[in-house]
Amino acid sequence: MKSLMDPCCQRCAHRPETPCREYLRCRTEGPLCHDDEQCRKARLERIEAVEGATPAQRPMQNLIHESRRWRLLLCAGTGCIASGGAPVVAALREVVEERGMSNQVAIVLTGCHGFCEQGPIVVVEPGNTFYRRVSAADVRDIVDTHLIGGQKVDRLLYRLPGGEAVASYPEIPFYARQHRIVLANCGHINPEDLGEYLARQGYRGFLKALAMERAAVIAEVKRSGLRGRGGAGFLTGQKWEFTADAPGEEKYIVCNADEGDPGAFMDRSVLEGDPHAVLEGMLVAGYAIGAREGYIYVRAEYPLAIRRLRTAIAQAEACGLLGENILASGFSFRVYVKAGAGAFVCGEETALLTSIEGNRGMPRVRPPYPAVKGLWSKPTNINNVETLANIPHILRRGADWYAAMGVGRSKGSKVFALTGKVNNTGLVEVPMGLSLREIIFAIGGGIQGGKAFKAVQIGGPSGGCLPESLLDTPVDYESLLEAGAMVGSGGLVVMDESTCMVDIARYFLNFTQQESCGKCAPCREGTKRMLEIVTRITEGEGRLEDLEALEKLAAVIKDTSLCGLGQSAPNPVLTTLRYFRDEYEAHIHDQRCPAGRCAALLTYRIDADKCRGCTLCARRCPVGCITGKPREAYAIDETRCIKCGACLECCKFGAVIRR
Amino acid sequence: MAECRCRRADQQKDQTVHTGQTDHTVYTGQTGQTDRTKRETEKDRRLAALLEKYREERGALIPLLQGVQEIYGYLPGPAMERIARTLRLPAAQVYGVATFYAQFHFAPRGRHVIRVCLGTACHVRGGARIFEALRRQLGVEDGGTTADLRYTLESVACIGACGLAPVIMIDDDTHGRLTPESLPGILARYE
Repeated sequence: MKSLMDPCCQRCAHRPETPCREYLRCRTEGPLCHDDEQCRKARLERIEAVEGATPAQRPMQNLIHESRRWRLLLCAGTGCIASGGAPVVAALREVVEERGMSNQVAIVLTGCHGFCEQGPIVVVEPGNTFYRRVSAADVRDIVDTHLIGGQKVDRLLYRLPGGEAVASYPEIPFYARQHRIVLANCGHINPEDLGEYLARQGYRGFLKALAMERAAVIAEVKRSGLRGRGGAGFLTGQKWEFTADAPGEEKYIVCNADEGDPGAFMDRSVLEGDPHAVLEGMLVAGYAIGAREGYIYVRAEYPLAIRRLRTAIAQAEACGLLGENILASGFSFRVYVKAGAGAFVCGEETALLTSIEGNRGMPRVRPPYPAVKGLWSKPTNINNVETLANIPHILRRGADWYAAMGVGRSKGSKVFALTGKVNNTGLVEVPMGLSLREIIFAIGGGIQGGKAFKAVQIGGPSGGCLPESLLDTPVDYESLLEAGAMVGSGGLVVMDESTCMVDIARYFLNFTQQESCGKCAPCREGTKRMLEIVTRITEGEGRLEDLEALEKLAAVIKDTSLCGLGQSAPNPVLTTLRYFRDEYEAHIHDQRCPAGRCAALLTYRIDADKCRGCTLCARRCPVGCITGKPREAYAIDETRCIKCGACLECCKFGAVIRR
Repeated sequence: MAECRCRRADQQKDQTVHTGQTDHTVYTGQTGQTDRTKRETEKDRRLAALLEKYREERGALIPLLQGVQEIYGYLPGPAMERIARTLRLPAAQVYGVATFYAQFHFAPRGRHVIRVCLGTACHVRGGARIFEALRRQLGVEDGGTTADLRYTLESVACIGACGLAPVIMIDDDTHGRLTPESLPGILARYE
């Protein structure tokens, strides 16, 4: 028996076409149809080899798989691959081979650990040692010093701001305060191995659902208080109920994996790191609602996610967890992957459905809601990736367990993509209701380069920018809405003093204006006008009445747009106007950009007294507009300067002055 | 080009139709006339097989357009007309859908597509400077292709690797934590 998915012996009768009812339990609890100590032991060993990865649950030392002493987890997520992960994998395989340790070391390629900033990441088990920024050259040290010599490689360990090294994964502050449910498997299992998912209690939620009445499954999800993680926060159980109650035999489940929000990448990590969790969520939803087919609509920009999903679907089909008569229950379900074609608006549910049907991804008026009239005019339930990935946990551990987390009407945990000018960027999963301050400072480790915090942008183009005075706002659906922002997809972009808020408003308007599908005038024309006004302000041509016009336009666009894209498009402008009005006023009245960002309002020159003629700025200048003689003062030709600020950043003597 | 790989995966089941190779040499004029004709016939064969596969499928238009772009590297006019005829759709609708999505192109593209992320995180961390540097270095505007068809430069809204901002993607490779100085070295790796 090589994998958990293999039959234990001749007596195993399970085939996808003639499924065994006890198949899943059999794989994780040992054979149930025959009594064989040999088969049972082999199964448990396979499970322990994977399960041991949960540090808190079991002390690994007792459970190391006999033949493999070490388990090396290498992140194969997009982030770590981009940071140079592939050569590390290759080098590790080579060194392990060279040392003749192939049968002692299991090299496991996992999904994203979420701490992309520190990639490529290598975790050594047992002991949960976390090595960061590992290069191919470091691999020999890990094998020789750690695996053979029993000493940790100090220089590769994560360091606290004070310089103290932290060896163990769960003790790193970034992880210590998180509460990982959806991300629990990401980085700990091989996403391309169904056996590993099963060993971590995978498909147990679905198993439980199958034993329940359909209505009871929906009631359980309702009771958990889970709300849509795609942004709008509608009660998931209720949505399921609507679709289940809608008349019609043919129904569909759609997984919205069109993560187009700039600054959010949690769906990508879940799809890449734990694709079976999404499939399991879809299976549960399909069973509860009475659907026989499911679609996953994924962004074409996520090739790795698409590949892993297809692998997961093929594996589940091969052992009868997808397809006809699943586990002899009479329930049949198939899942198809649809690659998007690059349109932000396709994240909106009605637009997404039209796109699957092969049309331009334009939204339509609701009602009728997709629950009644969706894909090919049949009742359709659409859930976001993260929502679906929560479902297996809710079924397995119960609604009460889930509802005990969070605050008020926001239950459970939420994954945030923490990015921008913060020290620890990455994916953060926390119980709902934690304050922004805790997320940004305790988990995120504060602002880069010791600069001052200015704002945090939440929820992408639909969200808003919150100032320092609101840092103690609990992160939940209601509180954020009240502050003028939105949980949205869960992007948290931290901005420091060098970010101009008017420029940020312009950035988001430019985005929504470009991505507007053009079907309705308020969104198509309104955002265009707003962009024109804000652009004018950033160029120092703003007028006093502009702010009023912006507010008026924003109100109309919010009220009259057809879909969520337009209705929320003015949010970034409205929140920046609400909390950073002084910056707009400085641009309009004084033609000055307080953050020193808006290029049209800046001039660069060199202070001749301070310049030592080191030539660095002249070499860095991308347009070659800085001239002079070495060891004499240099000068900037303002007519040719593109105001990129490269000279300011590289000058060691503080001679470049920006105004 | 990110789309390429996913569509390759899409078509893995159908090995006989797709080799998974995007052949860009045709546009560079580096090959002889016979080779070129041979390749064109091969492409036409792949196109015919693709059209046959999707003839009766619902919602086939977008996957079909993706498949055609995979074969030719862009959407040539005659192929668009054949799609319309096969699916029995007005050509206006086929063009209407193709022009709606950012993924589709109507002119040959470079051998390597450079996508510069201008998402929020990259914007905050200086993505615009990376774009500007590339624009100057390659001498093309957003969406433009260099005369030697080596590179196509594109700005995109978000690549989803925000932790590494600023980020670019060349073909399927993501490059992060960039500075304008690191660009020439990276570009040189793509012939």
